[in-house]
Formats: sequence, C-alpha cells, structure tokens
Amino acid sequence: MRLDPRLSQVFMKILLWTFTGFTLFILIFIIVNISIKGLPQVTPTFLLQDPLDMGRHGGIFSTIVATVYVTVLAILLASPLGVGSAIYLTEYTREGWVTRLIRFGAECLAGVPSIILGLFGFVLFVMKLGFGWSILSGGLTLAIMVLPIIIRTSEEAIKAVPQEYRQVCYSLGLSKWQTITRIVLPSALPGISTGIMLSVGRSLGETAVLLFTAGAALRTPTSLFDSGRTMAVHFYILAREGISMPNAYGTAAILMISILLINIVAYSLMQHLMKRYS
Amino acid sequence: MDAKIRLDHLSFFYGDHQVLEEVSFEVRANEIFGLMGPAQSGKSTLLKVLNRLSDLIPNARVTGSVTLDGEDILAPDYDLVGLRRRVGLVLSKPVPLPRSIFENLVLAPRLSGKGNRAFLEELAETSLKAARLWDEVKDRLHASALNLSGGQQQRLCLARTLAMQPEVILLDEPTSGLDPISTAKIEETLFQLKSNYTIILVSNNTKQIARATDRVAFLLMSKLIEVGETPKVFTEPKDQRTDDYITGRFG
Repeated sequence: MRLDPRLSQVFMKILLWTFTGFTLFILIFIIVNISIKGLPQVTPTFLLQDPLDMGRHGGIFSTIVATVYVTVLAILLASPLGVGSAIYLTEYTREGWVTRLIRFGAECLAGVPSIILGLFGFVLFVMKLGFGWSILSGGLTLAIMVLPIIIRTSEEAIKAVPQEYRQVCYSLGLSKWQTITRIVLPSALPGISTGIMLSVGRSLGETAVLLFTAGAALRTPTSLFDSGRTMAVHFYILAREGISMPNAYGTAAILMISILLINIVAYSLMQHLMKRYS
Repeated sequence: MDAKIRLDHLSFFYGDHQVLEEVSFEVRANEIFGLMGPAQSGKSTLLKVLNRLSDLIPNARVTGSVTLDGEDILAPDYDLVGLRRRVGLVLSKPVPLPRSIFENLVLAPRLSGKGNRAFLEELAETSLKAARLWDEVKDRLHASALNLSGGQQQRLCLARTLAMQPEVILLDEPTSGLDPISTAKIEETLFQLKSNYTIILVSNNTKQIARATDRVAFLLMSKLIEVGETPKVFTEPKDQRTDDYITGRFG
C-alpha cells in the first residue's frame, strides 16, 4: 500500500522542520547556557586584569593578548600562502594529476587531527628549530592547520568567477596578472574572506595545537618567543583542573562573543565591498 | 588595396573535431568585411583566432597562417596583450564586468597607460555616443553595468571595445538583441568608423550583411564557400550553396 502523497508531504515537512529546529535548539542552548554561567563574571576588571593565583582570581587580560597574537600571526602567514596557492591552482595550471595531487594533499592536511598537528608543531618548531613554547611556534602550527581551509575556499571562490570575465579581460588586452588582480580576485573576495573568517574562528577556539606549541604561561607575552596562554587553553586548564568553573565560563563567554563580533564585522564589511564591486 | 589581415589555409580543431577547414581570404584596411553562414559554420571560432582568444580553449589546435599587417600573429611568442589591444573583439553574448559603466569603458585604456582622468572621461563619452548608448546612461555612468538591459549591455560592450581604440574591430552578432531602430543606428556607426578602423562583422542576418558590408565571405560547415564584393555575391553568387543560403532556401 502506498502512502497518500498529501500525507507524506505533510509528514516530511514536519520531520524536516523538527530536524532544523533541533539543530537550532542545540545552538541556542549552548549560547544561553554559557551566557548565563559566564556573563556574570564579565566585568571591566575581568577583561583588563591579568589572572591571579593560577586563574582562581583576577581577569584574563594576558590570555586575550596571547589569543590575538597567535591568531593574527597564523592568519597573516596562512592567508597569502593559501590565497596564492589557490590562484596558482586555478589560474596557472591545467587540471591534471599534479593539481589533483596537490588538492589531495591539502584535503589530507585538513583531515589531520589537531592534536597530531600539535605534536608535529612541537617536534618541528618547539624542539628542532628551537623556538620553544612560544607565540611563534603556536602561530606557525595554527597557520598549517588553517591553510587547507583557506586554499579550498579560495579555490572555490576563484573558480566561481565566470570564465566569461576572463575572456572579456583578455580580449580587452589585459595581461593575465591584471585580469587576476583587477577582476578575478575582487569578484572572488567575498568567498576568500569567508574562508579567512572561518580560519580566524578555528584559530581562536583551538586548544590541542596550542597546548603543545604555545605553552600555558600566564604572563602577557611581549615578544614572538614568549610563551602565551590563549583564552581557549585557559578555559581548558581552568575547567580540566577544577581551578575555577565561574572563571572558565567567563572566559568561554568572552571567546564566544568575540567570535560572534568578528563574524558580524566581517559580514558587514563584505556587504560593503560587494556593493562596491557590483 | 592592402590586405590588413590575411588568412592562409587556416584550420582549427577542438580536439579531433575540425571547425575550420583550410580557410583562406583577405580583409582590406578600412572596409567592413562580413562573415555569414549558418550556426556551427565556424564564424565565431574564426573571430576568436584573429585575436588569439582561441588560446583559452583547452585542446585546441590551429594550423595555417594568419597575418596582421604582414606579421604572423599565430607565432607562439607573439605579444598577445599587444595583439588584443590592436584587434578588439565584441563577443556575441554581452558580458559587462561587475563594475560601473564608466569603469567598464576605461579599464583597458587606463591599464594601457592612456592618459589622465579628463581624457578617459572624454573617451567614455565618445565611445558611448558612437555605440548609441550615451543618451540612455549619461546620468548614471557610475552605476553598475550589470543593471543595464540586454540591448544596453550589448551596446556597452561595443563601446568598451571602441574605447580601446583598436585598429581592427571584430563584431560577433552585435545587434542580435536590439530593436530595428537601434540596429540601424549601430550600422550607421559602423559606416562612420570605417574610415579609421577595419571591421569584421559576423551576422546570421543576411539582410544586415547585404546592407552593412563591403565584402563578404560565406562559411558553410567549416569551409569557405565564396568570398567577394557584397553586391556581387548577393546578386550573382558563384556557388549554388551561397545562392540557396541568401535566398533562404536553407540555413
């Protein structure tokens, strides 16, 4: 016996609605839960004071600084490398076994668990190259972690630029490089920035990699070779070792809000840029 | 008269598929040269070979020779940027770049180092006037070109090529999306441009070819069937197939 199509229509609609609602519910639950437990700790002092007594008291200022340093360094290193590779793969090579191999390599890199990447960073940057537990080691390893994301999203964005634009540019006597910088990259910019924003989010939230490479010093880092504890690592240590759950939640709330803010700012910037280029 | 462009036994292949077979003819300086023929006869491919846009087609192969003012433009090391500045192509499908109308027009001239802002503004105006678009867009030059109608986009693409001030203009169905009045105006523009440019006009519209061109070539299934003075080809074609095509018995 077959189900009445009208009935199955209604049934599937309800089912799919439930799935979507459930996903949304989890997200809202996490945000509300962390906000309720975390926001009461968040005061100007919490933001502007260094942690005292292993984080039991005081604020999280030094961890904010370390987070910003490590993330900025990782993005500054990974963005040009990633976007450059994507330009090379899409504009300068014909599709063949070499490009497939490179793409496969990038996919594999994206699949490496971050704890293993952390171990790799520890062996190479901390030990072998002697950078020690430092902002530099952490930033370099994070850059390796987010590189595949940036390559992949940039490649997709560049490929999505209509081939006709390139034809027009060439027939107008623009060189390949002029075509790329004047037309292709501006058109692909929204997609490229999305990849970079995704990478910022991943870097802000990363713990495993940084435990191995940036260490957990609570001092405010003042040079690339200083160790530094990021917010995510601070949260992990506070919660894991039962030092202070309220402060752990306070840190989590700040982390969550900053990721949210960055996304909002990036989104509005993008809207602005897209208006300019269309 | 001098040959501006000379094709000699030009053949073109997409992989194993041959789309031009041993095509030879000359285009003279300052004439409007028509290319007619049914769909898939190789007209558009031929235009793309003339400014080497055909290089972008994967697995394409070209044999024979094409010369522009006596220079072999198919030479592997030929300066393509220079060639494309001299030979402008207006594609059959209008593709405005995602910029303002003004930016579309001045992008190429600016990058080739031609002059200052005032010069570029004047260039934009004269090109738009020549393409009969000026009156419709003069108040919104800095609005996005993507919001223009299809016919306006087509004229913008023509204006954009004119603004490059090339020597040769290749036009692929430049009036396919236009009403008869605009079409007549564009044809009038082509007559005016003739004194400074060499124009190759591809059209499916045999009446337009008859009206607008000085000489014409008829392509059929990748082969050149006939080439000659337009009035002569249209009144006393040498080949039966040409006669059939222009009288509408096929194609």
